[in-house]
Amino acid sequence: MENILEIKNLSKSYGNFKLDNIGFNIEKGYIMGFIGPNGAGKTTTIKLIMNLIKRNSGEIKVFGLDNINHEKEIKSRIGFVYDESNYYENLSVKDNAKLIADFYEKWSWTEFDRYINIFGLDKKQKIKELSKGMKTKFSLATALSHEAELLLMDEPTSGLDPVSRQEIINILQEYIEDGNKSVLFSTHIISDIEKMADYVTFINKGKIVFSEEKLKIEDEYRIVKGGLDILESISEEDFIQIKRNKYGFSGLTKDYHKFQNIYGSNIVVDKPNIEEIMLYMVGEKYE
Amino acid sequence: MKIVISNSSKQPIYEQITYQIKEEIIKGLLTENTVLPSIRNLAKELGVSVITTKRAYEELEREGYIHTIPGKGTFVASQNIDDIKDKKNKMIEEDLIRIIEECKVFKISRDELIEMINILYE
Repeated sequence: MENILEIKNLSKSYGNFKLDNIGFNIEKGYIMGFIGPNGAGKTTTIKLIMNLIKRNSGEIKVFGLDNINHEKEIKSRIGFVYDESNYYENLSVKDNAKLIADFYEKWSWTEFDRYINIFGLDKKQKIKELSKGMKTKFSLATALSHEAELLLMDEPTSGLDPVSRQEIINILQEYIEDGNKSVLFSTHIISDIEKMADYVTFINKGKIVFSEEKLKIEDEYRIVKGGLDILESISEEDFIQIKRNKYGFSGLTKDYHKFQNIYGSNIVVDKPNIEEIMLYMVGEKYE
Repeated sequence: MKIVISNSSKQPIYEQITYQIKEEIIKGLLTENTVLPSIRNLAKELGVSVITTKRAYEELEREGYIHTIPGKGTFVASQNIDDIKDKKNKMIEEDLIRIIEECKVFKISRDELIEMINILYE
């Protein structure tokens, strides 16, 4: 297995925030969703990969190369889509693209025009006249027009309507189809993860909670639900978190077999989706 | 080949894919040496993640329905008649297990179930 991105022991602190010794890899040919609450460290991690901010310690390798020593080469092979895009607001889509094209040896106008068509963008329109969603699409079109092998996207689908989100999902699936490219995208929209992510990395308070194949995560965890009488006889240590109400409890756990054996049909064992797992994991214990 | 994915089904998507391909092989709609789409192409077409179709193919390969030749592709494996009968029985068994479990939940007795089957079988 060849990794397109490798992050090891990466740390960065400023103010009260600390990205704490994180690490994860992305295998060639797959899409990784990057999730976590606001302020968890997603954007910081992405900026560190792009060397837009300086790391305190650790290692980042892109295409097997150190991201600082080989910054120029790496950046020419990355497509970068982020929230606060810097374009010349008074220039047209086409003129902005011309300025971007100059940076890339492998720029293809044929590809660019193809994406502009798919996204329904007007080349003559000025950037300032574009909606947020249109700007994201323009940004994605430029990111995909220079044969990038890794797409880094910070919340690409956040300002988009469901139809546009689906268009982007389709394009990303087409993008990785040849098995040679990878995508890392951060998002709050869990349905995007459920639809297209092969791997999910979950970051909370500057630490990686898990970085794993999506199907394995879904296989591993269960939500056990039952009456309060059962809650009295179980060890809460076996749960990642338990939520209770007047009529019963529900708890996230990996050891659901144990409870199934003891309580049988007196409990309900549900398969959680990624969003539910995340909600249980970010909440404080015993809320 | 026909594959229809239900998003509201309790059955995971990879299992739906496995099940439907198995069904087509057992019914003889997909015959020996038929080329199957690559996991990546199938994922794109169905709009599911690559890891999902990968898991489905791994399962089919493990159970001897398909085989992959590196660099060439994935093919329907040869199925002998006894195998097919076994596999059919196994699929029906799996379905029956699900039904029996449901019956237990709804407190339907073995005799009641057998009676239902007798009536429906006619």
